[in-house]
Amino acid sequence: MKARIFVTLKPGVLDPQGKAIHHALEGLGFGGVEDVRAGKLIELDLADGTSDADIEAMCRKLLANTVIENFRIEKLQTA
Amino acid sequence: MKSAVLVFPGSNCDRDLAVAIEAVTGRAPTMVWHRETELPDGTGLIAIPGGFSYGDYLRSGAMAARSPIMRAVADTAGKGVPVLGVCNGFQVLTEAGLLPGALMRNAGLHFVCRPVGLKVENSQSIFTAAYKAGEEITIPVAHHDGNYQADAETLNRLEGEGRVAFRYTGEVNGSASNIAGILNNAGNVLGMMPHPERALEAAHGNIDGRRLFEGLLEAVA
Repeated sequence: MKARIFVTLKPGVLDPQGKAIHHALEGLGFGGVEDVRAGKLIELDLADGTSDADIEAMCRKLLANTVIENFRIEKLQTA
Repeated sequence: MKSAVLVFPGSNCDRDLAVAIEAVTGRAPTMVWHRETELPDGTGLIAIPGGFSYGDYLRSGAMAARSPIMRAVADTAGKGVPVLGVCNGFQVLTEAGLLPGALMRNAGLHFVCRPVGLKVENSQSIFTAAYKAGEEITIPVAHHDGNYQADAETLNRLEGEGRVAFRYTGEVNGSASNIAGILNNAGNVLGMMPHPERALEAAHGNIDGRRLFEGLLEAVA
């Protein structure tokens, strides 16, 4: 079983990297980009039967810093 | 005073911190590797150095905060033993939940490496007792992720409880309220981005950092 963890900055938290990407896109001539937020994608290869509660605990204890970040779990069935 | 300096893979200010502590206390600290599960008996000061522990993987300080020695640090801090985290050490302390908030990428995106002005906001703590309240000192910073952020409630609490130890006198990295260093609720854990161990002797350019160690020694000896 695979799970994808999307870690993103909470709304309202300043994202300097997103801003820099935004400026670079504008520098390349792409108009119409209103905002850019950068985040992380973490892919986990998990033993079958790993509980949702365990995956959530992994996110809370390590993968995301919930002071500044949100996370979203997407489970992919590989069977 | 017996002291311990933690060493993680990627720490690079551990020796500077050890030299500073020995210069002021007259006793060399024990260097404690991150895989250890206990601190030496009778440790009276724990120092967490600057650097790039674990290559800043995931988030600055994130991996170090979950290393085995940090459980002993949390236990020992809970008993009132002073813990000083400098730069990456501050990041480790926030990631470990021993201090509130988080240190994010500098707002200007640049690595900032220069002496900065600091205002001593609280001179009542064990770390700042040798300074005068409101005094302005100069200490070098060297960091990429020093932008201190916390929610409004936490910031209000820190301000209201006098837990902002040091504040930048000018814009450095985008930190909320220009916060450069904070104390925990009990006052025995200090995290700060500036490096007091780099302002210890005349050859460093100034000695404003020295009193942090001297005051601490006097407070806990």
